[in-house]
Amino acid sequence: MDDFRALIVDDEKEFRETLVSRLQKRNIDTTCVASGEEALKLMKAKLFDVVVLDIKMPGGMDGIEALREMKHIQPLAEVILLTGHASVETSIEGMKLGAFDYLLKPVRLEELLAKMAQAFEKKNVHDQKIRAARIKELMRFPGRVLEEEKDKGK
Amino acid sequence: MKASLYTALKRKIILITLIVSFAPLLILGATIYYQAAQMYRTKVEEQIDYRAKAQAEAVDLFLKERTAILSAMADTHSYQELVDERNLSHLFQVMNLRAGAFVDLGVINNGGQHIAYVGPYDLKGLNYYQQPWFGEVMSKGIYISDVYLGFRAIPHFIIAVRRQEGENSWLLRATIDPDIFGAIVRSAQVGKTGDAFIINGEGLYQTRPRFEGQILSQSGLNPSQFGGRTTVLAMVGSHGKKVYYAGSWLKSDKWLLVISQELTEEMSGLFATRNVVIFLITLGAIGIILTTIFTTRLAVNRLKDADEKMNALNVQLMQSDKLAAIGKMATGVAHEINNPLAVILQRTGWMQDLLEKEEFQKSESFGEYQTSIRKIEEHVERARKVVHNMLGYARKMEPRLEDVDVNATLNQTIDILENFARINNIDIQTDLKPDLPIIAGDQAQLQQVFLNLISNAIDAIGKEGTIAIQSLRSNDEIHISISDNGPGIPEELQTKVFDPFFTTKQSGKGTGLGLWISYSIIEKMGGTITLNSKPGAGTAFTVKIPVVVPEKK
Repeated sequence: MDDFRALIVDDEKEFRETLVSRLQKRNIDTTCVASGEEALKLMKAKLFDVVVLDIKMPGGMDGIEALREMKHIQPLAEVILLTGHASVETSIEGMKLGAFDYLLKPVRLEELLAKMAQAFEKKNVHDQKIRAARIKELMRFPGRVLEEEKDKGK
Repeated sequence: MKASLYTALKRKIILITLIVSFAPLLILGATIYYQAAQMYRTKVEEQIDYRAKAQAEAVDLFLKERTAILSAMADTHSYQELVDERNLSHLFQVMNLRAGAFVDLGVINNGGQHIAYVGPYDLKGLNYYQQPWFGEVMSKGIYISDVYLGFRAIPHFIIAVRRQEGENSWLLRATIDPDIFGAIVRSAQVGKTGDAFIINGEGLYQTRPRFEGQILSQSGLNPSQFGGRTTVLAMVGSHGKKVYYAGSWLKSDKWLLVISQELTEEMSGLFATRNVVIFLITLGAIGIILTTIFTTRLAVNRLKDADEKMNALNVQLMQSDKLAAIGKMATGVAHEINNPLAVILQRTGWMQDLLEKEEFQKSESFGEYQTSIRKIEEHVERARKVVHNMLGYARKMEPRLEDVDVNATLNQTIDILENFARINNIDIQTDLKPDLPIIAGDQAQLQQVFLNLISNAIDAIGKEGTIAIQSLRSNDEIHISISDNGPGIPEELQTKVFDPFFTTKQSGKGTGLGLWISYSIIEKMGGTITLNSKPGAGTAFTVKIPVVVPEKK
C-alpha cells in the first residue's frame, strides 16, 4: 500500500522488530521506536498515518502521556493502543483522549492489520474532506492560490 | 472441635460445678448438724444432771424430815414414856399423820434389845446388838441404813436416833415405807425409757428400778465412776443403745440417785430436725444437679455454635485472603506472560510469512512446518484465553454503579438458560419475593454471577432434575439461593470450589474460574456466597448482597 506510513512504538525489541519485518513484507512503510519520547521526537519531523502504541511501557514516559502529546503534534494521525495486560481502563482513558481503538496483546497480525486498515480508512476520509474543503476555498477565492501553496508545502 | 470433645467438656464442667457446689454445702450441713447435735447433747446432759441433783435433794430432804421428826420425838419424850406402847402407838400415829411414810416405830435399849414396838411385824424382843448399824447409831447418834432384808425378810431401811438421858442411852428406830420412798424416787422418771433409782456404794439397788432388776440386786453400775456431786455418764446399755446416767450422791454420799435416759428418746427432736434438713438438702441437691446439667448443656452448645460460626468465618476469611493474594499476583504474572506470548505470535507469523517463499514450499517438510506453526499459534491462543479470563476479573476495576433489579436480572438469566435446561429435562422453579428493593450495583456482573451459578447447577444435574431459585429480603440484605437436586459436593471439596482453576469437569470443558470470579464479584459488592451441600441430596448456593440504595440522580 502506498502512502500508508506506520509507526510502531513498543519497548520489547523482539516484538517490534519482528512486527516491522512482517509489515514491510506486506509493503507497508513501517518505522519503529522503543519509547514514547523517541516517538514524539520522530513525529515532530515526519508525518505518519497510523501509530501502534504499546501503553504499558515501563520507565520513562507513560503511554497515555505519549498519546496526549501525539495528538498535539499530529492530531490527524490515528493511534491504535496495544495493551499487554489488565490496563483496559487505561485504554478506555486513551479512547477518550482520541485513540482510535485498542487491542489486547498478544495480537494476531491479521487483527492488527485489519485495525490499521480501518484507522487508515478513517484518516483517508478525513484527508479527503480536508482536500475537498481546500479545493472549494481555492475555487471561491482564486486569488489565494499563492497562500495555499505555502500551506500545502507543510 | 469433634462432638466427643464437647461432651467431655460438658462432663468436666458439670462434675466440677457439682463438686464445688456440694462440697461446701455438705461440709456446712455436716458441721452445723454436728454443732447442733453437740449443743443438744449438752443440753440433754445439763437437764439430766439438773434432774438428778434436784431429785437427790428432794430425797435428802425427805430423809431429813423423817430424821428430824424422829429426833424431835426422841428428844421430847422420856424412855419411860416411850416404853409404854400406848404412848408409842399414839406417837406413831401422829408421826404418820404429820410426816408419813413410817411403817413401824420401836424403842431399843442400849443393850440392843427391842423393848417396845409398834408396827405390823413381830419384832419385839429381838436383839440388834450384833447388827452393824447398832454400833454406828450408838456412836454417831443418827443413822440411816441401807436397804436390807432384816428379821422380817422384806427389803426395807430404817432411821434410828439415839437419846441420851443421863447415863442411859436408848434408840428410837423407825422403818421407812419402801413403797412410798420408792414412789418418790421414781417420780423422777421421764418418758418411755427414763428411769430413776438409788444404788448404794456397792451398786446394789435401794429402790426398785423400772425395767430390770429388783431391790438389792446388782445394778451393774460402778458408783465409783460417779464422782463429785453430780456426774453424767454415757454408756452403751445392754440392748446396744446409748444411755445417759446422771448420778447424784445423797445421804452423806452413801447413796447415789441415778437417773437414766436413753439417748435416742431425748434426741428425738434433733433427729426429726436432722431428717427434715436431709430432705431439704436432697431437694436442693436435685435442683442443683438439674440446673447445672441444663445450664452447662446450654453454655457448651452456645460455645459449639460460636466455634462453628468462627470456623465458617475463618474459612471465608482465608478464602478472601487467598483471592486477594491471587489477584495481586495475577496482574503481574499476566503481563509477564502476555509479552512473551506476543513475541511468540509475531515470530510464528514471521515464520509463516517466510514459508511463502518458493524454496520452502518445495521442501518435504513444508507440511510439517505449517502444521507446527499452526499448533504453536493454537496454544498461544489457549494461553492467551486463560490469562485473559483470569485477568478480566482480577483487575481492580470498579464495578459500575447502576440501578439493579435483582429479580429482573434473575429472570433474564433464566431466560438465557431456559432452552438449555429444557432440553435436558431440568425444571427451573422460581420463588422470587416481589418488591425487592432496587439496589446500586453492576447489573452485568451480577448477571454473570447468576449465570455462573445456574449453569453450574444445570451441569451438576446433567439430565432430569430440578433447580429451585429463591429470592427474598432479610433485614438489610437480599438473599438469592440457587439449589439443585444433583449429586452434591463431597465435604472435602467444598472449601475448594471457589479456588481458581478448580473444576471437576473434564479438561477443556470448564475453566474452573466461574465460581472464583463470582465470589470475587459478590465480595466486591460487600456480600457473600455460601454453599450448603450434601452428597446425594443436592447443593444450594446462597448469595447475600447488602441493600445499597442507589443515589438519587
